[in-house]
Amino acid sequence: MPPMQHARDRSFSAMLKDALLVGAISAALALPLVGFKTVDRVSEIGLETRFGEMFYAVAVIVVGRLLLSLTAAGRARPIFLFTAPLSVLWLINYMFGLVAVDWPELAGLTWLAVTVIAIRAWIGMRQRTAADAAVARKDAGLPIASVVTLFSRYGRFLGPAAAAFAILMPFMPFADQRTVDIGILILTYIMLGWGLNVVVGLAGLLDLGYVAFYAVGAYSYALLSIQVGLNFWQALPIAGACAATFGILLGFPVLRLRGDYLAIVTLGFGEMIRLVLLNGPDFGLLKEGAKGIGNIPRPSFFGMPFTAAPPEGVVSFNQYFGLDFAPIQRVIYLYYIILLLAFLTNWFTLRIRKLPIGRAWEALREDEIACRALGVNPRNTKLTAFAIGAMFAGFAGSFFATRQGFISPESFNFMESAVILSIVVLGGMGSQVGVVLAAIVLIGGPEWFRDLAAFRMLAFGGLMVAVMVWRPQGLLAHREPTIKLAGSGRTKPLAVSIREKAT
Amino acid sequence: MEYFLQQLINGLTLGAMFGLIAIGYTMVYGILGMVNFAHGEIFMIGGFISVITFLILGYLGLTWVPLALLTMLLMTMLFTSLYGWAVERIGYRALRNSNRLAPLISAIGMSIFLQNYVQLLQGARNKALKPIISGGVELMTSASGFTVKLGYMQIVIVAVTTVLMAGFSLLIARTSLGRQQRACEQDMKMARLLGVNVDRTISLTFVMGAALAAVAGLTWLMYYGIIDFYVGFLAGIKAFSAAVLGGIGSLPGAMLGGLLIGLIEVFYSAYFSTEYKDVAAFAILVLVLIFRPTGLLGKPDIEKV
Repeated sequence: MPPMQHARDRSFSAMLKDALLVGAISAALALPLVGFKTVDRVSEIGLETRFGEMFYAVAVIVVGRLLLSLTAAGRARPIFLFTAPLSVLWLINYMFGLVAVDWPELAGLTWLAVTVIAIRAWIGMRQRTAADAAVARKDAGLPIASVVTLFSRYGRFLGPAAAAFAILMPFMPFADQRTVDIGILILTYIMLGWGLNVVVGLAGLLDLGYVAFYAVGAYSYALLSIQVGLNFWQALPIAGACAATFGILLGFPVLRLRGDYLAIVTLGFGEMIRLVLLNGPDFGLLKEGAKGIGNIPRPSFFGMPFTAAPPEGVVSFNQYFGLDFAPIQRVIYLYYIILLLAFLTNWFTLRIRKLPIGRAWEALREDEIACRALGVNPRNTKLTAFAIGAMFAGFAGSFFATRQGFISPESFNFMESAVILSIVVLGGMGSQVGVVLAAIVLIGGPEWFRDLAAFRMLAFGGLMVAVMVWRPQGLLAHREPTIKLAGSGRTKPLAVSIREKAT
Repeated sequence: MEYFLQQLINGLTLGAMFGLIAIGYTMVYGILGMVNFAHGEIFMIGGFISVITFLILGYLGLTWVPLALLTMLLMTMLFTSLYGWAVERIGYRALRNSNRLAPLISAIGMSIFLQNYVQLLQGARNKALKPIISGGVELMTSASGFTVKLGYMQIVIVAVTTVLMAGFSLLIARTSLGRQQRACEQDMKMARLLGVNVDRTISLTFVMGAALAAVAGLTWLMYYGIIDFYVGFLAGIKAFSAAVLGGIGSLPGAMLGGLLIGLIEVFYSAYFSTEYKDVAAFAILVLVLIFRPTGLLGKPDIEKV
């Protein structure tokens, strides 16, 4: 925000004027959609007014803007001391339900505003000295900046630590079925994010229709397991191959397009696949169309199913190991399958970056014309990235189908593509750890606040905008240098310093 | 023949609406090089503001149709363009010089946000209005008894669109604002050096795009009599396809593309199947991009080292 930087020498009346102007604009924005509410009556629609709520919301915005200006003008400490306890008290009240709140939405809005101001004031307090301020301005003045420094310092321990945590998670004391379920969901998106990272992060091809390959994987698995009778581990590679084939088929004509055009064509392909599935082409179970495919077989543990009452002659998992039957056993097993698949994706990506093809992807991302001049075949290189990304989506799709037991075209709409892409971009393009972080924030966050379900997509969209505005390069913007100078760890790797000079 | 004529009329009506939305995409792309993904949502908000204005006018007792329609038009354009302005100010301005992906992600976030904002505030069920203008003229009747009808609403839609397009083209071609807009489109840095207020021009681009999308939202509501919070997504994508088809960055191209997409959709559902009409629109988009990436009226984009 450029005006903020000069806020230090603004007078109070100027700030008040600014706050009132912002208030007037937000009042005008809120008047038609917040001030009036359409209500469904018997034969027609009627109208109700909500001016009270509207004025309250506008007042919160005016006061909030004023406090933010004051914070920027160097009054951070008193504002922090006032807002931080208020925010904490509010949170305690929300968690334990001490005092009933009449307008929960408005109370939530107020809490959000108070908390944002408190965080801003905290940052303001930390950068009081001029030198601090200069550094902070360079890092966009966010606490994330210091987290990032922390990450880059201890980053090499973080990956293994997170992996160890992920492996042990189902056996930790807090891990009930719901937690493991959320873990599965997060891991699915981490895997999808890592898969898309090959296409977007490494090869630099903006793919807005990634969910199409996820759908192909899920539907191939459903058809293979129900109609052909293959089990999960037999169907998985075939489903992955199907998705990769689709990747090549779709990629072949479009890969000579650049940038945004490629994005839109992939978006079009994604929607086309969904619409075709919705209309139910006459091909086996695909005819079900919008009704979806149910009764997809669950995976078994070396042929042992996870059921309380296995059919005659089949030993179930719990019988074989002498355990009591519990539904969580199957959930934990699913958790380990997706963890394995996610690790596989990550390991594969990390390894392939070191191969000539991986180097070619990154070179292509940086400069396509130079690559052509140096004899890299752009079409084949891009197609490989597309196919490999699609293959991982196919694996994830198979897992999704076997986990849900039911798939329908509605699970594969554009929003899914947008969510996966935003995980990659918010995490910081090309950063493997960033994908994990973004998936936890974007997928886990809303899952843990289920009772605010109505607001989760609103918050999701708002979060995407906010993160982009604050850190356009993503949460963990950090490109792995392809070449490092051997020797002392303290000096900067050669590739990094060159790149910094270049940008 | 009669059936064909009827579909032609319907297609042109639909195409006029797509064209109005497409102009917003093409202008923003021309000047900033970004796909304003939230533009479809602006169109949807325009529709909702029209519903609300209509209901308010009903309560106020203003029932003389031309005056009511004009008030609705002005109110919708005013408030919707404010939303267009706010979207740019909050979501895109800070990202003007960052990497190419950041504004796109911000725009997708904006789109999700606005969709849910409207859903939360106005409810998820679709809003249906009784037709304000009904009836029409019967142009001809075939031997088999098929009558070609030209609804009054369709006349109004095409007339409003034509007038707005003419006014808008004049604005871009003749006024100093239009000159500044074109200057920014050609070379933003140079325009800034020559004293053009780039920020203001970009804001006004968003405002103009949103105002035209608002008209599309209003006409959509009048034509179909129904609107919901999800309508912006598909209409937005189709309008974007129209902008690409016509050649992104080109204003006449956007209008032409809109008309073509409208005609394709209507004719496809009339002669083939309604189920795959959306697939047809996307297929056209993909085919155009593969065989003529610059669109019908677009200028080729030469990449230099």
